[in-house]
Amino acid sequence: MKTPFQNFTGIAATMPAANINTDAIIPASFLRTAHADMGKGLFGLLRYDDEGKERPDFVLNREPFRRASILFAGENFGCGSSREAAAWALKQFGFKCVFAPSFADIFYENAFRNGVLAAVVAPEDLEALTALPPEGNVQPFFEVDLSAGTIARMDGTVVAFRIAASRRDALIRGDDEIDMTLKHADDIAAFHAEGLIARPWLHAPLTQKERS
Amino acid sequence: MKTLDDGRDLLFVDRHVLQETTSAPAFEGLRRRGLRVRHPELTIATQDHIVSTEPGRTETTNPQGRELMTLMRRNSADNSIRHFGVEDPRQGIVHVIAPELGVALPGSVLACGDSHTSTAGGLGALGIGVGTSEVEHVLATQTLALARPRAMRIDFQGKLPQGVTAKDVILHAIGLFGIAAGQGHAIEYAGEAIRVLPVEARLTICNMSIEIGARLGLIAPDEATFAYLQGREFLPEQAVLDRAMASWRMLASDAGAGFDKELTVDCSKIAPQVTWGTTQEDVVGIDRPVPDVGAFTDAAQRDRATEAMRYMDVVPGKPLEGLPVDIAFIGSCTNARLSDLEAAAVVIEGRKVAAHVRAMVVPGSMSVKRAAEAKGLDKIFRAAGFEWRDAGCSMCVSINQDVVGPGKRCIATTNRNFENRQGPRSRTHLASPAMVAAAAVAGAITDVRKMIAS
Repeated sequence: MKTPFQNFTGIAATMPAANINTDAIIPASFLRTAHADMGKGLFGLLRYDDEGKERPDFVLNREPFRRASILFAGENFGCGSSREAAAWALKQFGFKCVFAPSFADIFYENAFRNGVLAAVVAPEDLEALTALPPEGNVQPFFEVDLSAGTIARMDGTVVAFRIAASRRDALIRGDDEIDMTLKHADDIAAFHAEGLIARPWLHAPLTQKERS
Repeated sequence: MKTLDDGRDLLFVDRHVLQETTSAPAFEGLRRRGLRVRHPELTIATQDHIVSTEPGRTETTNPQGRELMTLMRRNSADNSIRHFGVEDPRQGIVHVIAPELGVALPGSVLACGDSHTSTAGGLGALGIGVGTSEVEHVLATQTLALARPRAMRIDFQGKLPQGVTAKDVILHAIGLFGIAAGQGHAIEYAGEAIRVLPVEARLTICNMSIEIGARLGLIAPDEATFAYLQGREFLPEQAVLDRAMASWRMLASDAGAGFDKELTVDCSKIAPQVTWGTTQEDVVGIDRPVPDVGAFTDAAQRDRATEAMRYMDVVPGKPLEGLPVDIAFIGSCTNARLSDLEAAAVVIEGRKVAAHVRAMVVPGSMSVKRAAEAKGLDKIFRAAGFEWRDAGCSMCVSINQDVVGPGKRCIATTNRNFENRQGPRSRTHLASPAMVAAAAVAGAITDVRKMIAS
């Protein structure tokens, strides 16, 4: 069991650039030990200057976005390296969801595995959400309802996001993927046993030849 | 092996390859669950990302990498997994050693916690790059649950001109279709230009599938594939191999197979490619200028390109040729196999690296290093002024000691030219081994075809 995803209201930060890659989300320099503070490393080289001081113009260094739990991002978010630390860093910072017009395949899976909601929102809907209402200075609070599949801004603007029903339900239940797969343990064992006879080049133990 | 209730396929993982920077938390998770590695005999591990590449290095040469390297070695020993650490003659980059050891096989499902796992697609294997949770999933269950990707075929037509390599072909394709073209797809690379490529070049093409947005990419196995596999260390005994061959001959797509997306590339007019920006689609032939900012009609794309040109310090509308480089790097899972080193050696033989350039060769594996030395390539590289190092990911990922300095310009045979990829504020130009060798000698980005001709 994982912590089930619950509907919430939170602050959204916007990073509209396309193709934000996982190197940008968590730079390699934060991956040299097994227990680094990933939340601090999130967007490390965008957030801090060469001396390690915060760059004041970066969105997550500004109030109220230091407390953001929702990220509105551009297309192909999370492309590049498979590093799951990208999802860990977002989660440890406090992000519970990322909404973007599209996601890179491996990041999408990694986010899901960590209970971070990654869901697709049409570009025009993202624009509608992130455009400031005419009166301005409205707090950037949004309500995320996973079962309904909607994001609502406090002024009443509501848009839908897309997620496969099975993924949605798994997040709401807090399914653990490994536990779910272990329910098929007998089938896996049978498949392997059958493969030993039918496809021994794939299923028999890897065996080294004598090195010449 | 079966379809799950939610429509995903549960795939049995025939081969699991581990590396030190993405596996430690997976073993920790396994211990918390009280589970054991389900099939250690189908699993191999190596140290590649964080290792020192200093000749004669050991596990302690890079003190910063020691923790993760020790964990990889210990987790392997505790779980009876074969481990090819820096002391082992088989050590190398995961995607280089899986094919060269005969661990990756046509039709096999191979998983690895690294996005370039599709490299094994060059042998017709289904190489799946995964995150750490999925590494744990494979360790615990020997399976992966995967939504069936859409199918894409890229047909590479025509013959490659002289001086043009697999690297140029795949970079050109990424330039044409963009870095997100393959999202949600598995790509089959096909066509006459692919069929004539040697297996190592096919590995280069499939390696960069993730850079065109696809997690999976492969090339149908053929006689060249089978010849490549002969004598590899982990191949099954001959009787089993004969049966395997018979099954592999049936793997190619049917002539009438349907694809969700079909694209075509004319290879006959490709020039050697060099990237000018900070994504792999920012690429031009060496005989063409960096695009004018005005060529980008979309405002967001124009802003992005402008920022990329500023970061890279290149001039819109001007050619890259003549741009001085500080570092020339030959290495990585994309281009550090024996044929890559040979292609570079042909260019530099009898020449010298320009005085201001640091030039390095980091072979993809220690086997590649030994094979190159047997052919005398090390002497050619050293005589020209190249560093001749031990195997690892090195400057491609710069999580180790090999880093391009701030503001420095590096031409590299690697796969990612992202901002800060080779170290903070590094500038990366991706190119083929021959083009990197040519730039090392010229001291600036140059057209290798002029050097081959002269």
